[in-house]
Amino acid sequence: MPGKLKIHVDQDKCQGHSRCKSLAPELFELDEFGNAHEIGDGTVPEGLEDKAYLAKSNCPELAIEIVEE
Amino acid sequence: MNKPVPVTDWVHDFDHTDPRWTENPFPIWDELRNACPVVHTNRFLGVYLPTTYEAVKQVAYDTEHFSSRRIIVRNVRPEETQSAPPITSDPPAHKPAKQLLLPPFTPDAMKKLEPRVREICNELIDAFIDEPRVDAAARYTRHIPVRAIAHMLGIPEKDSDLFIKWIHEILEVGITDDSVLMRAIHEMAAYFSGHIEARRKNPTDDLITTLMNAKDKEGKPLSDIHVLGTLRLLLIAGIDTTWSAIGASLWHLAKTPADRERLVAEPGLIPTAVEEFLRAYSPVTMAREVMKETTVAGCPVKPGNMVLLSFPAANRDPAMFPDADKVIIDRKENRHAAFGLGIHRCVGSNLARMEMTVAIQEWLKRIPDFQLDPAGVVKWSEGTVRGPRQLPVLLGKGA
Repeated sequence: MPGKLKIHVDQDKCQGHSRCKSLAPELFELDEFGNAHEIGDGTVPEGLEDKAYLAKSNCPELAIEIVEE
Repeated sequence: MNKPVPVTDWVHDFDHTDPRWTENPFPIWDELRNACPVVHTNRFLGVYLPTTYEAVKQVAYDTEHFSSRRIIVRNVRPEETQSAPPITSDPPAHKPAKQLLLPPFTPDAMKKLEPRVREICNELIDAFIDEPRVDAAARYTRHIPVRAIAHMLGIPEKDSDLFIKWIHEILEVGITDDSVLMRAIHEMAAYFSGHIEARRKNPTDDLITTLMNAKDKEGKPLSDIHVLGTLRLLLIAGIDTTWSAIGASLWHLAKTPADRERLVAEPGLIPTAVEEFLRAYSPVTMAREVMKETTVAGCPVKPGNMVLLSFPAANRDPAMFPDADKVIIDRKENRHAAFGLGIHRCVGSNLARMEMTVAIQEWLKRIPDFQLDPAGVVKWSEGTVRGPRQLPVLLGKGA
């Protein structure tokens, strides 16, 4: 069993392309300027791991970090 | 006006307005990329072209050496520039100007506009669905973005033809003819001044009023020049670009039956396909001005030159995208830069994506079968926004 995943959006890098939000709305939310933030503490619920990696691999600014705990 | 000398050596003397570049730039970009990550031409008073994704990204992120005060490469470089904040702004002025515009363009805001865009698409299709052949650029793609942005700004959708004329004069004719450019800019300013004046008396619930009510960091309202410049930007940036992107997508689907049939059968794949169309047929090439000597991907660049920031060429770089020259409508990993990279990320990217998705959905729902008209000619725009301006197609199965 792989460990739990945790995601984080680097606010210095995010430019609001909102790719993550459209690919994984369960994991990301947008602020009033359209910049993305991980929902809650960024823990990825079981079953959504692929979506987390999909969001990361479509972020043009490389702003999403994923750590395995 | 002298006609430009035709290009014989693309690597040392490229010309992005050459008809061969307009028609089919992809092999030219490959040739340039294979030669060097940054090429240079003496045309247009000196221009560099980064050809790889990494080189384009480096310039986009480096606001210290590269300024956005000029964003169109032209034959002349007048001292006074036409500002259109935030696209022509550098730090630190850029961020406050950009932040004003972000809330009206979030994905949630676009959801509210989506029903109107769907209606616009269907009104347009109603007008030609019974005809056997149609120019999809003239009858469909060109009208969608201009009507959507007019709707957002709160100006009459029927003034669309006027906006399309100004944009053609600014982005295409104006590259080489300064008098046409200035006339269009003045006409546009007079038009919007009237709308601003009317809203001073009767404020309305639209983007023009939002801009007029916006305050800068010191709590002062924006100057009329700032408001006019931003309105000019929204119109210019919001129309040609998405017109081009929708047109290139339909052009691809017209000539690729397998992709068309798949999207008809699996409409849920359309948003993913839209990303691939954005990558493969990115319409927008931006520009920067070199302010200080530096190097890009190891190549020296010198002040006094412009840089053509070709996001379209970056998106065709095989070092970044496997099978970069193939259109793969279910491409999973797609970090394309069609909307730019860094602080100047297109403020209208959510609008453009919504318009593209809706325009393709509605077209395929009502016209699942169509193909390029072999008796017609597809014409591509000149300049730094690329897309089909004439797209003759045959409608229906028997076509």
